[in-house]
Amino acid sequence: MKPSIDASAPDWAALRDDFPILGQSVHGHPLVYFDNGATTQKPRVVIESLVHYYEHDNANVHRGVHELSFRATTAYEAARTRVAEFIHAASSDEIVFTRGTTEGLNLIAYTFTSRLKPGDAILVTEMEHHSNLVPWQLLAKRTGARLLFVPVTGDDGLLDLSGIEGLLAQNVKLFAFPQVSNTLGTINPAQELCARARAHGAVSVVDAAQSAGHMPVDVQALGCDFLAFSGHKMAGPTGIGVLYGRLKLLEEMDPFQSGGDMIASVQYDHSTWNKVPHKFEAGTPHIAGAVGLHAALDYLDAIGRPAIAAHDSQLARDAYARLAEVPGIRLFGPSGERGGLVCFGLAGAHAHDVVTFADQEGIALRGGHHCTQPLWHKLGIAATTRASFYLYNTPAEVDRLIGVIHRAAKFFG
Amino acid sequence: MDLTELYQSVILENNRRPRNYRKLPEANRIASGNNPVCGDEITVFVQLDGDRIADISFQGAGCAISQASASVMTQRLKGRTLAEAETLFGRFKEIVTEGKPDDEDLDLSAFAGVHQFPARIKCATLGWHAAINAVHGDSVTASTE
Ligand SMILES: Cc1ncc(COP(=O)(O)O)c(C=O)c1O
Repeated sequence: MKPSIDASAPDWAALRDDFPILGQSVHGHPLVYFDNGATTQKPRVVIESLVHYYEHDNANVHRGVHELSFRATTAYEAARTRVAEFIHAASSDEIVFTRGTTEGLNLIAYTFTSRLKPGDAILVTEMEHHSNLVPWQLLAKRTGARLLFVPVTGDDGLLDLSGIEGLLAQNVKLFAFPQVSNTLGTINPAQELCARARAHGAVSVVDAAQSAGHMPVDVQALGCDFLAFSGHKMAGPTGIGVLYGRLKLLEEMDPFQSGGDMIASVQYDHSTWNKVPHKFEAGTPHIAGAVGLHAALDYLDAIGRPAIAAHDSQLARDAYARLAEVPGIRLFGPSGERGGLVCFGLAGAHAHDVVTFADQEGIALRGGHHCTQPLWHKLGIAATTRASFYLYNTPAEVDRLIGVIHRAAKFFG
Repeated sequence: MDLTELYQSVILENNRRPRNYRKLPEANRIASGNNPVCGDEITVFVQLDGDRIADISFQGAGCAISQASASVMTQRLKGRTLAEAETLFGRFKEIVTEGKPDDEDLDLSAFAGVHQFPARIKCATLGWHAAINAVHGDSVTASTE
């Protein structure tokens, strides 16, 4: 399960060979995959773990006593233990497997219906992904609670924390925010935000979709109540994600979905719930996905998350500095410390045209609103182009990006 | 695939200088179209005189394909009857989905390259959908999804 390099000094270019998909050409050019914010590619060890599971161990979990069921259950629960270790949870009972970040956030929003009332407030930020906004809009509607926003400063994409104490004082019961913004690249001061929420008796929810696979994440150091992320954005399979919740909170909460596996006993007229985390995992889970996620976490840790964070951030800062020289460009997010992505607008060239233009040179970018429509509305631009980086990307690929953006600016300008 | 096949000069030119890009004070029919995937938005204003499109204009923001297509659309639909407008839209759809150019209509045919970029067909038809909705007095927002 070790990547093909010495972990003390990662050979980033050599790591590319761990990812079979990256060897191909697109439109006659070697593929440059810069859409990692949407989903990352998968290393061979992850793909092989899925094949191995289905070829040797596949059975349902928690319900059979035969050998294969035992193996599948063991593998599934081993993945849970590994996730707990990966984010430094106090117990593996605090790890709920979900389909992804979106489902984890919906789980909280749904179960919090009985915990909020008119006059209460939910606090989020102006930089939310729709996944960390719409569930709270609906929760507010169901309960009569108000939805409040921490403002974003402007194009530099920082949270304006000057008024946060006043916001939290407005009866805020839950504060949700992204650890890293998927469009601005901003790394928010998550530890401080969780502490502020706690001081006001509010539950903190960290959207770690863009951070969990890119930097060390320690839920106890952060002091968060909930933290959600997606396996597919961190070298793992699609369809598997994690919701971390503080044990006491999870125990107090009502179930989300109901059915098999989440019950302790069922009678015709009522049921009692299984203990956490199983209370929140109704039905047959994505067992293979959990196995694949386990392999992905091992892979990332063999390289080292601090090294990955430094690598991605360096590529993003280089790209940011060099894109600034393109005529007519408008860059978003902080110019210094940032996560591994860059978003920009180009005068005279719409994001979709830029993406099509780059795609013809084999470079995969993302164009559009990136699921943060209200933010772009505030900043007065409908669509932007995003390049998002991961451990297999190289400075030579950033060179190709800079070249194609200069050419696109000329072509459409 | 050469990008200039997609971005014909007609398209680049209409994107840089869109025709009939304005509000129409005399409009008696208005409809909007949007593409929820990319956030593109177009509003089409029509002055309908009986069953004839006396004047037509548009406003909005979007990619070169959607802007140029709306610009060409307004030029081709001005003065047409509703039946003629439907026929033209049908021909345009054939051009962008099948890549079959129409020798008699070089401006519409400039969009034939779109068929090689299936993700962009929606961009090309956005303004047309809004226009057809407008003339049918359908004030709901056209959506490409
Ligand atoms: C910041 C952020 N939150 C939430 C999500 C939703 O993740 P998923 O679609 O895997 O549920 C994403 C993914 O685009 C994201 O970038």
